[in-house]
Amino acid sequence: MPLLEAEHVTHRFGGLTAVADFNLRLESGELIGIIGPNGAGKTTLFNLITGVYRASEGSIRLNDRELVGRPPNRIAALGVSRTFQNIRLFKELTVLDNVRVARYGAVRYGPLQALTHAGGFSTEEDRIARDSLDLLGMFKLADYAAERAANLPYGLQRRLEIARALATNPKILLLDEPAAGMNHQEIEGLIELILWARDVFKLTIALIEHQMQLVMGICERIVVLDFGVTIAAGRPKEIQNDPKVLEAYLGEKVEV
Amino acid sequence: MKLNVRDLLVERRVWLTALLLAGFVACVAVQAFGLCNLYVQLILMYVGINIILTVSLNLINGYMGEFSVGHAGFMAIGAYVSALLTVRGFPAAHSAWFFPVAVIAGGLGAALVGMLVAIPSFRTRGDYLAIVTLAFNMIVKSVIENVEAVGGPRGFMGMEKLTTLPWVYVWTVLSVWIIRNFIYSRYGRGVLAIREDETAAELMGVDTRQVKLLAFVISSFFAGVAGGLFAHLLQFINPRSFDLLKSTDILIMVYLGGVGSIAGSILGATSYTVLLEVLRPMGVWRMALMPLVLVVLMIFRPRGIMGLREFRWFVPVRDFFSGALPAPKKEVADAAP
Repeated sequence: MPLLEAEHVTHRFGGLTAVADFNLRLESGELIGIIGPNGAGKTTLFNLITGVYRASEGSIRLNDRELVGRPPNRIAALGVSRTFQNIRLFKELTVLDNVRVARYGAVRYGPLQALTHAGGFSTEEDRIARDSLDLLGMFKLADYAAERAANLPYGLQRRLEIARALATNPKILLLDEPAAGMNHQEIEGLIELILWARDVFKLTIALIEHQMQLVMGICERIVVLDFGVTIAAGRPKEIQNDPKVLEAYLGEKVEV
Repeated sequence: MKLNVRDLLVERRVWLTALLLAGFVACVAVQAFGLCNLYVQLILMYVGINIILTVSLNLINGYMGEFSVGHAGFMAIGAYVSALLTVRGFPAAHSAWFFPVAVIAGGLGAALVGMLVAIPSFRTRGDYLAIVTLAFNMIVKSVIENVEAVGGPRGFMGMEKLTTLPWVYVWTVLSVWIIRNFIYSRYGRGVLAIREDETAAELMGVDTRQVKLLAFVISSFFAGVAGGLFAHLLQFINPRSFDLLKSTDILIMVYLGGVGSIAGSILGATSYTVLLEVLRPMGVWRMALMPLVLVVLMIFRPRGIMGLREFRWFVPVRDFFSGALPAPKKEVADAAP
């Protein structure tokens, strides 16, 4: 049984079909890439999986549980987490709080304990703080724990966003253009980081990316979208030579 | 030097308890021995009530970043519910004993309505939610104006003067404490995350509906409590005491003191209340001076006196003092490439 299965997923914004009849089977432990020109529907697809949008048609199942129709926080609790194309940290909060917010679902106390700070509140808060700091420590961010997230340099903000996404204990991690704005060397570092995180956190990863260095370097399978339609899918080698893909990126071949 | 967190906690707790007790004793003494005249006592009680109103509104407008402009509506519900209870509900001979019950009932009444107002906040934000709360304030006022049983537009009276300085003190401390506790909990972090980026908060697993509902319920509960205290201080309430102007007053105190800050709320409520009294001899001119003060403040400190900053004694040690946090485990540290 696949971990994530999308069947006939279609989404329309008014008259525009952003995603048309999308199908995907994602096995546990896989690392796939989703590519396509701008406006191809890649981010919309992530928004559909994570519940930001509700698919107009079709079904998305995680471990055979339907995700379509569930609110984003429930989907996150089931094990889907993500990062964003343009970094969306909680800027005014500290680095530690960014991670602690994402532990919301893991906290075991109710409103009454929260209002009185009694009844096991401290034990639980200490546990969350320790967990979160350990996670930051793993990502070499522990020294910045008390810093405002907005004060971090760009590269570390990207790193923190991945750490925050992992704080929800996901099974699937969706990375939306993780290499955006990075140079060749930084991308090498990112590749290492992604592969490391996959092993340590037992993740299944789907990433959207334009940087071919990253996509071709680590993805085992690639799905190509164009105008919401899946035009190709397969191994990186196969994709590189697929005429439809070349056409989508470079335009039609014209006889001169 | 490694500071011991537990020592810090204990030391601070001792000081805080001593200070709060001293404050309470002072309030009782002032009332019992008439240490200051009734006018000053009245102003002190207004300060307390305004602190409750400001802290509770700051939870929605400052911490959560919504724009609620109908806080006086919740206050009205608390005032009328508690006044009705002490005048008609409870045996008159023992009304002093029932006073706290009446105030809590007022708070609960307001909280119940707060739940209803929270529901539109699930779907709309910003300007639209402002309009919803504006409408709510107007609805409350017109409903009361049209119910003859509570005096309609003529208002309601017959309450004994049950609000005393010690009572105001207790309620003020309680509301500040509870709201501060809420802010430094997982729900409070959810509230802040909603302000920063609601969609991202939801995607990171924050149950935004639960958080918003709780925030509105707590905020309106304490507005209702403030209303109950207000009703039994003035011994006369009418719908006009809770119109949009009253809501505006509370908004001014929030933004004067600073958004997202408890210390700011206390400062804002105190300085605004006291300033208006001090300037009373100026007559009409004080209404020209106050807005000027606000405009100047907004130019130099757009986030208010304390905007987003906090007096460290209000912050739990765990959240304030990063040295108080345990170091990450050695075996996992710097594991990432």
